[in-house]
Amino acid sequence: MSGARWLNLRRGFYRFRRSWLSMVGLVIVAALVLVALVGPALVPHPEHVAGGINTTARFLTPSASAWFGTNELGQDVFSLTIAGSRVSLLAGISVVVLAAGFGTLVGAVAGYYGGWLDEALMRFTDLMLTLPSLILAMAVAAAMGPGLGNTVFAIALSWWPGFARLVRGEVMAKKADTFVIAARALGAGTPRILGRHILPNIASPIIIKMSLDMGFAILTVASLGFVGIGVKPPTPEWGSLLSTARGYLPDYWWTAIFPGSAIFLAVFGFNLLGDGLRDVLDPRARR
Amino acid sequence: MSLEIIGLSKHYGRDVVALNDVSLQLRQGECFGLIGESGSGKTTLTRCILGLEPPTSGRILFDGVDITRLGAAAMRRMRARIQIVFQDPYASLNPRMSAHDIIAEPMIIHRATLGLEHRARTDRVVELLGLVGLGPQHLSRFPHEFSGGQRQRIGIARALAVNPELLILDEPTSALDVSVQAQVLNLLHSIQQRLGLTYLFITHDLGVVRMVADRVALIHHGRIVEQGDTAQVFAGPTTEYGRMLLAAMPEPDPDLSPYRRG
Amino acid sequence: MALLEIDNLHLAMRSFDGEAQVLNGISLSVDKGQVWGLVGETGCGKSVTGLSVARLLASPPARYFGGAIRFDGQDLMQADEAAMRRLRGRRIGMIFQDPTTNLNPVFRIGEQMVDVALHAGATDPAILGLPQGAPRRARLAAARQLAIRMLDRVGIPKAVDRVDDYPHQFSGGMRQRVLIAMALIGKPDLLIADEPTTALDVSVQAQILQLLYDLVGEEGLAVLLITHNLGVVAQICSHVAVMYAGNIVESGDVRSVFKQPGHPYTRALLAAVPTVQSVRGALQDLPGAVPDLIHPPPGCRFAPRCALATPACAQALPAPVPVGPLHSVSCLAVGAAA
Repeated sequence: MSGARWLNLRRGFYRFRRSWLSMVGLVIVAALVLVALVGPALVPHPEHVAGGINTTARFLTPSASAWFGTNELGQDVFSLTIAGSRVSLLAGISVVVLAAGFGTLVGAVAGYYGGWLDEALMRFTDLMLTLPSLILAMAVAAAMGPGLGNTVFAIALSWWPGFARLVRGEVMAKKADTFVIAARALGAGTPRILGRHILPNIASPIIIKMSLDMGFAILTVASLGFVGIGVKPPTPEWGSLLSTARGYLPDYWWTAIFPGSAIFLAVFGFNLLGDGLRDVLDPRARR
Repeated sequence: MSLEIIGLSKHYGRDVVALNDVSLQLRQGECFGLIGESGSGKTTLTRCILGLEPPTSGRILFDGVDITRLGAAAMRRMRARIQIVFQDPYASLNPRMSAHDIIAEPMIIHRATLGLEHRARTDRVVELLGLVGLGPQHLSRFPHEFSGGQRQRIGIARALAVNPELLILDEPTSALDVSVQAQVLNLLHSIQQRLGLTYLFITHDLGVVRMVADRVALIHHGRIVEQGDTAQVFAGPTTEYGRMLLAAMPEPDPDLSPYRRG
Repeated sequence: MALLEIDNLHLAMRSFDGEAQVLNGISLSVDKGQVWGLVGETGCGKSVTGLSVARLLASPPARYFGGAIRFDGQDLMQADEAAMRRLRGRRIGMIFQDPTTNLNPVFRIGEQMVDVALHAGATDPAILGLPQGAPRRARLAAARQLAIRMLDRVGIPKAVDRVDDYPHQFSGGMRQRVLIAMALIGKPDLLIADEPTTALDVSVQAQILQLLYDLVGEEGLAVLLITHNLGVVAQICSHVAVMYAGNIVESGDVRSVFKQPGHPYTRALLAAVPTVQSVRGALQDLPGAVPDLIHPPPGCRFAPRCALATPACAQALPAPVPVGPLHSVSCLAVGAAA
């Protein structure tokens, strides 16, 4: 069994490797994850990450001692950007996992049962889709107060309808497949049919969407930080770093350009990876 | 086991009549061939027998019990007695489950009736694999690692896992190559001999049904238009449709071609 | 010289697992008025042979490494894409298994046929019955008339009315007729039909076979009929080539091959088809499975499954041995007996 699984993985990786952009995405994401895991422990100025300031060293240009320069509080931008990766990535992953989990549940129930339940759930989903996600997230964050947990919850709340729609369609298609009919003919109950037969077979599009959405989730977390209702300083987060730096453009460009580039790199990397995963997991969707 | 279908009709909406007053009777231990082209209603009929769709009217008596009126729990128990093998061996097996899990699943679903625990289930899966001509080395493989014929054997093993009395064979060989079809047809015959099953063999392949079936019925536009002993129906179809269909059967003999003129 | 000559064609297809030797030296010659059945089981190479003649295989993954395909004297292996486009839809017509996916659902069938007719008329204005450089309006009108004539020709009732219908308004059998009509527009010399009746019901299949049979007689077409159905071959083919794992193991006129099959594989294949004489449960089956074409067995590829195999069979691919005026068999056992 492991032999067959291993061969499948290698076959998938073979397809993946044929697109060098997917490889670039994989390398970027792997580097980001590594930085988020070990980076905060290795930064040159952990005291700045913890909120310490150094007013004697304000707005230093990038140099060998401070690679990304320092900000208005004399904090090392390199340390903050590296430390921010953990918060941003964690927030992005949380948003996507929460949204995928809830969206899959709603979509699977709606798609499998159909009828009035489907109608009700999908009208509710459509209603959520009509609300601009950033506005909804702002409203929730404003009502519940700023902070990482609330930010994640707020964004996930506006994020799940996409997953619900995707999963509903996939479940409806799979429900008509012969092997699902076979399970019904055997007398399998609904939890078994959904859990054993349908969901494992629609995991690929869900995983692909999760990867594609990761970049945008990170961007949204940063956007909320940027407008000032996301993660609050001193917790370093790319969006709020960018927000503070905005006031010092264009003279002190380095305070904005490095957190901004980090956001760009994360969005770019996850999108390329998502495209690559689609080639591997769902080869029919190509071209 | 006895299966009696009496006056079965199935309508979809107001206009579509999928089954129109279908009556059939299957005898214990026989192979009954149901011949129909696409849209004839044969798929709807199997779904009704399996309890996957309720008929509009009529009765399906299995050992005298009308299965169209069974409650959920009773229908669940009934499902162990009527099983089905599907046409497309590529679509009818869950691609994410191993051969072991596919064949063991019916035993898990019907463990209340069968009373097989984990170890006993694996033993039974190996026994079933042997019955269909596969071996224990195939246990942990996934559907895509099997050929079409082997997949169909797994589909047969899954159907047999719950000791059914009636097996519905829904075009079991029409997706297979000729030599593989021969293997599967021989296998189905030997299984029937050993287990004393009753077969409802659904097909559009007249050559196959002529060989395997004791009795046949022709279904056309939701109606049974002809019914009788196989030899009798093939020797002298009494309806226009029956004559047309039998004449269209491509015999693998150049001398029997209706197209060649001299 | 025959219309189509395939001469010792070798083809490999690349995939992750390696390069599969899909065609291992195919030779076949098809003349006008002949219906050649190319028959064999899944993966034997019959479909790629048809696609190779039309040069429709993308390369890579396909790699031709030997042999030639000559159509009316022209070497298609050397022809460029422009030359092939002039042949396809013109002198080489193709029809495929699934009549549903080969018609564009959003265009009326008339529009689709007019496109084909204009394309064919661009290389040969005589097809539209117009002189060179006729105005577009005249060409359109002629193309439409031709489309209606062809629909009528393939037995579509009230062709004048049906020409403006959409594909979904036709039944499966009627759609296959439309595709045949489309293939006939360019007045092809060769029709490649890949499993043309496999997706159809038996009664509809009989009608399409009748149509194909009549067309050959009346238009002098050459047909390459690719199928797994031995019954269909027996019914309408004049000749048959039996393929196994990338080789033609036996070929000849259909009566001779079906009545006196020489190759052990042909015999096994014919014995596996249920007939009036077949005994329930005792149908002759063929043990083993088709070989892995990435690592094909040496010599005769059928040898590992063959009851008559000797060590010599693994030495070299057996050459075709004539066993009748038109009938040859590639088998050492048959060669020794002859």
